[in-house]
Amino acid sequence: MNAPVTVNIPIYLDYLSTTPVDPRVVAAMTACMSTEGVYGNAASRSHVFGWQAEEAVENARSQVAELINADPREIVWTSGATESDNLAIKGVAHFYHKKGKHIVTSKIEHKAVLDTCRQLEREGYEVTYLDPNEQGLTTPEMVQAALREDTILASVMHANNEIGVVNDIAGIGEICRAAGVLFHVDGAQGVGKIPVDMEQMKVDLLSMSAHKMYGPKGVGALYVRRKPRVRLEAQMHGGGHERGMRSGTLATHQLVGFGEAARIAHEEMATESAQLEALRERFWDAISDIPEVYINGDREQRLPGALNVSFAFVEGESLIMSLRDLAISSGSACTSASLEPSYVLRALGLNDEMAHSSLRFSFGRFTTEAEVDHAVQCVRHAVEKLRELSPLWDMFQDGVDLSTIEWAAH
Amino acid sequence: MAYSDKVIDHYENPRNVGKFDEADESIGTGMVGAPACGDVMRLQIQVSDDGIIEDAKFKTYGCGSAIASSSLLTEWVKGKNLDEAASIKNTEIAQELSLPPVKIHCSVLAEDAIKAAVQNYREKQDS
Repeated sequence: MNAPVTVNIPIYLDYLSTTPVDPRVVAAMTACMSTEGVYGNAASRSHVFGWQAEEAVENARSQVAELINADPREIVWTSGATESDNLAIKGVAHFYHKKGKHIVTSKIEHKAVLDTCRQLEREGYEVTYLDPNEQGLTTPEMVQAALREDTILASVMHANNEIGVVNDIAGIGEICRAAGVLFHVDGAQGVGKIPVDMEQMKVDLLSMSAHKMYGPKGVGALYVRRKPRVRLEAQMHGGGHERGMRSGTLATHQLVGFGEAARIAHEEMATESAQLEALRERFWDAISDIPEVYINGDREQRLPGALNVSFAFVEGESLIMSLRDLAISSGSACTSASLEPSYVLRALGLNDEMAHSSLRFSFGRFTTEAEVDHAVQCVRHAVEKLRELSPLWDMFQDGVDLSTIEWAAH
Repeated sequence: MAYSDKVIDHYENPRNVGKFDEADESIGTGMVGAPACGDVMRLQIQVSDDGIIEDAKFKTYGCGSAIASSSLLTEWVKGKNLDEAASIKNTEIAQELSLPPVKIHCSVLAEDAIKAAVQNYREKQDS
């Protein structure tokens, strides 16, 4: 007789928000953090401690460059994707402002891009925020239509952090290159999970984050193309590290961890991606027969381990409360003291109640089938219970069209 | 966000979930809130000929605090007369459930719901 498979509760299904550090990465990092380890300053040129640190950092740089098929000299270390986004967008805007002051981006970018663009607007730049289509995609045609004489930069994310859809970065790159507009991609959610190739894609700047690919938090990188050369105005001034683009002593252990995480991601991407897609489909197959349940965002063009689902007539925050066994996040921003539902789902054209009723499930390297199966049971039970409690579900069952009712907004 | 034990108790074991026939003369129905805001409460009271609330039922679409506020309210209104029920304050609900400031609107909604139910019942009697 088979022993029942046990799962550890709570089950982590929030890999898009962050990932645990892979044990192999921990081992590589730990080796940098002892008195016997590589503790020198990579910028020290006068002794072996510095040389060793430099070698470790450069090795990591090569590993990250290999992951995206770039030249190591095109990798600039940063503290994470937020800093990379800031450096790319402000750096380009400030360097090329004499050429033009118009930037194109989408409404469903990460806040690190949106808030940076808002700041540039305050400085006198003009920004066009594109509406994605109903599938959550920003297409090359949309970007093409938004470009102007004075456009200097387009910034479009590779994969969306809330709904997991993947944009046609190669296609947008072609449009931008032909128009002489620099193209920045927030690659935080895509790099390490799906193939990215800087030789093939006409991307000029690419933001990356270590902690989304089983590396440590607090470290990231910005890819800056050399041919044709992209210039940036530094945002952080100091010792002229990273070819003057980002000063500050390099955090050897963090970078070594990022490098190792990139190496693993590169080597295991194909198998891991197939595995995650299988888990995602296993999950969806087991819940898709619940009535009035919908996937948000394009069904095909999406990250292998990510699913954003709306459970109509059930409110997201109470659903999460019911799903105590699962570590997941709500597409609804209710928990952050705001009554506004997710700006991403709104931009897709979802009505408010559907946006309020959505959850993001993201599976990762350490997710098991048993965990997915337990998650399915929890979700089915919670949705059934909350619909039993929902006056909207009652009305829907009675054939009432909710959009015809005049609600008293509060 | 941490919920108080009382919110969790009402959420896990909601009292008086259900629906009365809206057309019944002895029933008052209050439906407040909007799906767009993430909360809709339907509170119903069954009133005896001498104006006492004999039974109450609710259904709520909303967060745990909204569900708990309406569940608690159905317990409180039973046995009260209409004036007493309509004078329940949101602050009493918020205090009983230890609602944090960001969830005060849930208790406000519950107060609105009972007022609406009482009004609905009274309108039925007048017509």
